[in-house]
Amino acid sequence: MSQTILAVSLTFAQVCLAIAMALAALRMSRGPRAQDRVLALDTLYVNSMLLLMVFGIRTGKDIYFEASLVIGMLGFVATVALAKFLMRGEVIE
Amino acid sequence: MNIMDHAVDLPVWAAILVSFFLVVGSGLTLIGTIGFSRLPSFYERIHAPTLGTSWGTGGIVMASMIFFTVLATRPVIHEILIGIFVTVTTPVTLMLLARAALHRDRAEGNPDVLAEVSPDEPKSGPALGE
Repeated sequence: MSQTILAVSLTFAQVCLAIAMALAALRMSRGPRAQDRVLALDTLYVNSMLLLMVFGIRTGKDIYFEASLVIGMLGFVATVALAKFLMRGEVIE
Repeated sequence: MNIMDHAVDLPVWAAILVSFFLVVGSGLTLIGTIGFSRLPSFYERIHAPTLGTSWGTGGIVMASMIFFTVLATRPVIHEILIGIFVTVTTPVTLMLLARAALHRDRAEGNPDVLAEVSPDEPKSGPALGE
């Protein structure tokens, strides 16, 4: 019973997050400007982080939590560096 | 369904609670990303993905915490690290990105954004939002 409820909601969550990642990728390829692409990359990072947490619930393994923590940190650093680049034209002055 | 064998001991109330938070979190993330792909201008679009970083992350982190706490019969709250981290970093990244976009629009003389008002002269012209 509880396995069935969990399987249905986990599948729903995975499908939702996959569609969200596809929409973010669509926006990243369509633009129209550089800041839209950077924001789409940030959204893609957050969505993949959440998808890895859902994978962690589905498999019951701890390793996915660490992977999603690493993805969250990389996403933060990447977006800050790209925003700095858009602002100044260089990352480290 | 043998991949879910680790959850066979989970009581039904915990499964319903975990499912509720999962569905709320992932559904709100999807709604935010739909808004991100549909809204017309960048300054409107930058609001939409924050739905995924606030309630989306909160819901899925809560679901994971409840799931592992009930299964292990002891508090497992290390997922809250992700929640705290995302809550702290999202405003920083989005403020930086919005300032960069505003800087670019002003440098190009884009008529859709207001020109910069220097702090010593009194404000004139239409206020923001009119």
